[in-house]
Amino acid sequence: MRVLAAMSGGVDSSVAAAMLAEQGHEVVGVTLKLWGGESDTGCCSVSDVEDARRVADLLGLQHHVFNFGDAFDQRVVAPYVDDHAVGLTPNPCIECNRHIKFDKLMVRAEALGFDAVATGHHARLETAGGGFRVRRGVDDAKDQSYVLYMLGQQQMARMMLPIGHLTKAEVRERAAALGLRNSAKPDSQDVCFIANRSGGRQGFLSRRLGESPATVVDTDGTELSTVEAVQAVTIGQRRGLNLGGTDEPRYVTDVDIAAGRVTVGRRDDLYTPTQDVTGIQWADNPVDGLVDVQVSAHGTPAVAVVDHSGRVDWEEPQRRVAPGQAVVFYQGDLVVGGAVAA
Amino acid sequence: MASEAIAYLDNAASTPLCSEAVEAMAPLHRELYANPTGAHRMARDTRRQIDDARDVMAEALGSEPGEIVFTGGGTEGDNLAVVGRHMRVGGVTVCSAIEHHAVLEPVEHLGGRVVAVDAVGVIDLDGLAEALDESVTVVSVMLANNETGMVQPLSQVAELVRSLAPNAVLHTDAVQAFPWLDVASLAAGADLISVSAHKFGGPKGVGATVVRDGVELSPLLLGGGQERGLRSGTHNAAGIAGMAAAAEVVLKTRAEQVVRLAGLRDRLVDGVLGAVEGTVETGRRSGKVAGSAHLCFEGIESEALLFLLEDAGVYASAASSCSSGAQDPSHVLAAMGYDRMLAGGSLRLSLGYETADADIDRALAVIPDAVARLRAYGKG
Repeated sequence: MRVLAAMSGGVDSSVAAAMLAEQGHEVVGVTLKLWGGESDTGCCSVSDVEDARRVADLLGLQHHVFNFGDAFDQRVVAPYVDDHAVGLTPNPCIECNRHIKFDKLMVRAEALGFDAVATGHHARLETAGGGFRVRRGVDDAKDQSYVLYMLGQQQMARMMLPIGHLTKAEVRERAAALGLRNSAKPDSQDVCFIANRSGGRQGFLSRRLGESPATVVDTDGTELSTVEAVQAVTIGQRRGLNLGGTDEPRYVTDVDIAAGRVTVGRRDDLYTPTQDVTGIQWADNPVDGLVDVQVSAHGTPAVAVVDHSGRVDWEEPQRRVAPGQAVVFYQGDLVVGGAVAA
Repeated sequence: MASEAIAYLDNAASTPLCSEAVEAMAPLHRELYANPTGAHRMARDTRRQIDDARDVMAEALGSEPGEIVFTGGGTEGDNLAVVGRHMRVGGVTVCSAIEHHAVLEPVEHLGGRVVAVDAVGVIDLDGLAEALDESVTVVSVMLANNETGMVQPLSQVAELVRSLAPNAVLHTDAVQAFPWLDVASLAAGADLISVSAHKFGGPKGVGATVVRDGVELSPLLLGGGQERGLRSGTHNAAGIAGMAAAAEVVLKTRAEQVVRLAGLRDRLVDGVLGAVEGTVETGRRSGKVAGSAHLCFEGIESEALLFLLEDAGVYASAASSCSSGAQDPSHVLAAMGYDRMLAGGSLRLSLGYETADADIDRALAVIPDAVARLRAYGKG
């Protein structure tokens, strides 16, 4: 097959491209330039592109750079900022996968005559019940199936995830054995377009949204403190609330941006028997029975039934999920669907 | 899918070394390898090569030999003119909005003034007049643009600078113009003229800048004081000899090459315009250098088009490439008022002295299908 391998310059996607070439596919490497702004995570830096290019050189692959900066800005960064403005906590990696890697890049790959797009995600792609499914990667600690829940059958039919059956250690071993220059390169961290040295997420959001202070109140309405930027406050958060020392930890249980009010409560106040969701989608057919539901990238799933009208009914009460976060449905290791917390 | 034969239509990016340059450079690698500022005979013989080259470049650029400064290429020449002038006398820098980044970045870095262009990519002379006053110390306007190929009205620019900015010197980046235009006469009104060897059949990493007698300029590199103190560093003797040999070829053959290649260029552009609907030719054909074809295709993205063209053996480019190798949006088309979507579908096909009929045939056979394919898939 003719495969377009997305190569970030990191070790996972490098090994993914190498494995496909070893398997006899005609592989062309591509690095996406997504972000021209400030970043200290190494994302889209010239040195990352160089790493990718030098790995491609070593593997004997042609390598291209596609500038998807405008699309990334419109489909990932702007919605990320807009969502925070209305009190949501979005997952930009999922939006990037949805709109950039598995939409724009995939459409371009098809137009350029490729049969498939490959990435270095730690997840497996399998056929199950006549369709395709994403299965968790072998390495629990690195599993990225959560950020791939949005894939539809058409996309999965044109994708390859070559390293999902390897642990991270095995990936690094392969990279070292191949003599790849990035075999010991650190994993990328956090949101790729946000620079930690410039105040991190709060600094990034404040520069774009301004800072709206908010009052922090108790569940009975007692004023406790103030925070500088309400847009950066998330359900479940317990640090950075200027509460001083409290007897027991307080957690954000509600954020009302319009009213400029953050409500904090005890840990128990976070727990809820149901979770409202929007945008439910299924990998194939909707599932009516019990599913395992995971609400963060490396979280522990809990058992629930999905009410198709837009609600997750937990078997045992679970912590409230910050609105905007992905809620992903599994059966065993298989991703069967997902939604977004309301 | 890559084919054996290649149609190389990216001569505005770089050109093959002409055989005359190859020959001229050869003795300087293994025979005349002395440092040309040395005291012995081999040094003097090497120096002679540089002085001969200086005579050639002076003739080519319309200057005295003593006004030629050998540089490391176009970017250095542009920086020497703008930054060197500002370092020496301070004041305000001015350039057009369509300059190469090697001029634009220094001017913006120095807080200078950027003059708009019109819809066909020619500097707005009224805008220039407004930007000029006694505080201006250097004005830089290119002779021909690297993306559109549009020739700028340099003599009118020079007149305005003389009358409105008495303290300014005029620099012209003639890098793209030299293969096509009589720079010596068209840039006669400029105080500083920069060219780059690899754009006209010479080697990479060498160029020349005319610094007319009396122009006050600070060097960017300090050291041994070569090139009238304006460019310290051991001479790139082989490169300089290669550049001069290539310049001689240009002087000898330019007139006939311009006629031949303008014909090929017209066949190429007219062929594409006739075969592909929704194609916009940038600028104005009659105002372009002969080797330049620049088009925008509605509804596609350049990167994808370049990929398909490469697959089919046609090498071209879009806007300028950034350091990562990605295609950046064109500041030239933006300055001409193109919307970002249309500018995003630009294609520059630049012909050179070695371009042949077969290259045009191949491009014409490939481009319409590639554009049609991309349009069928929507914006990939």
